[in-house]
Amino acid sequence: MTDTNAPSEGERPPLAYLQFDPQGWLDAIPHGRALGIRCTGIEEGRARLEMPYRADLVGDPETGVLHGGVITTLLDTVSGLAALSALDRLRSMATLDLRIDYMRPASPEETVFAEAHCYRLTRSVAFVRGLAHHGDPEAPIAASSASFMLDTGSARKARAGETPS
Amino acid sequence: MTEAAARELSARLGSIPYAQFLGLSWRLEGQHVTAMLAYRESNVGNPLLPALHGGVIGALLEFSAIVQLAVDLGEGHLPKPINLTVEYRRSGRPVDTFSTATVTKLGRRVANVSALAWQDDKSRPIAVAHGHFLLATDSSAD
Repeated sequence: MTDTNAPSEGERPPLAYLQFDPQGWLDAIPHGRALGIRCTGIEEGRARLEMPYRADLVGDPETGVLHGGVITTLLDTVSGLAALSALDRLRSMATLDLRIDYMRPASPEETVFAEAHCYRLTRSVAFVRGLAHHGDPEAPIAASSASFMLDTGSARKARAGETPS
Repeated sequence: MTEAAARELSARLGSIPYAQFLGLSWRLEGQHVTAMLAYRESNVGNPLLPALHGGVIGALLEFSAIVQLAVDLGEGHLPKPINLTVEYRRSGRPVDTFSTATVTKLGRRVANVSALAWQDDKSRPIAVAHGHFLLATDSSAD
């Protein structure tokens, strides 16, 4: 797997983020719609999302704190979007791994913001860091580190597309 | 775990809105927890394949890890996650998904837990996870 970490050779600028509508991409994800995730910004290799507080996403009814799974999902989603925004064309990808550090409980009633940066892109892998907070990145709810494998389904789907049966 | 503790744990888990939102449930056989994520269209993260959202699979793994740890501790209250690392092995197909967990080290303040999630074949997990959990007895990190 040595060549997977070789630098991307392409000189083309990342354009994927200009070629698609991030909110449309989010709204096409049933679970993104179910959580009410909104895209508030996208640029090359970076993405920002927000999710308003909702009582049905609470993990601890005594405190009203959102469940950690909600934060995990938000960070997975913003990390995938950041990776997409770094690509020179739309490519299929799959999450290889995702690590979440939970630093403090989310505050009840407050909107959660999530941001991610694809800080390294190779021919096969995108490496992304993310952060969830309530508006102050210096007071994070959680931090994440994820890697995504690129071109995971395109060849298979392309073949399927060419030979419908 | 005593019956009273099991009832307290069951009541606590049953009152979690997010578990109901996802369709998470659990059953106890002896001291062994199996969590289940019922398939729902709203849990899909990739509508083309289709595949379950990776965050939802992470939530299932975290849930089974916490419940197994609570059972091992014999307590009705829930430990808090410090971190969780999920390794995705296969896409989660649109069917019911299961998860079990093992407490690999139980310290005084922190526990290490490993979990796996599968669909039809437990020997072919769709994801595995390991994480650290803060035990409720430790208030120093609150």
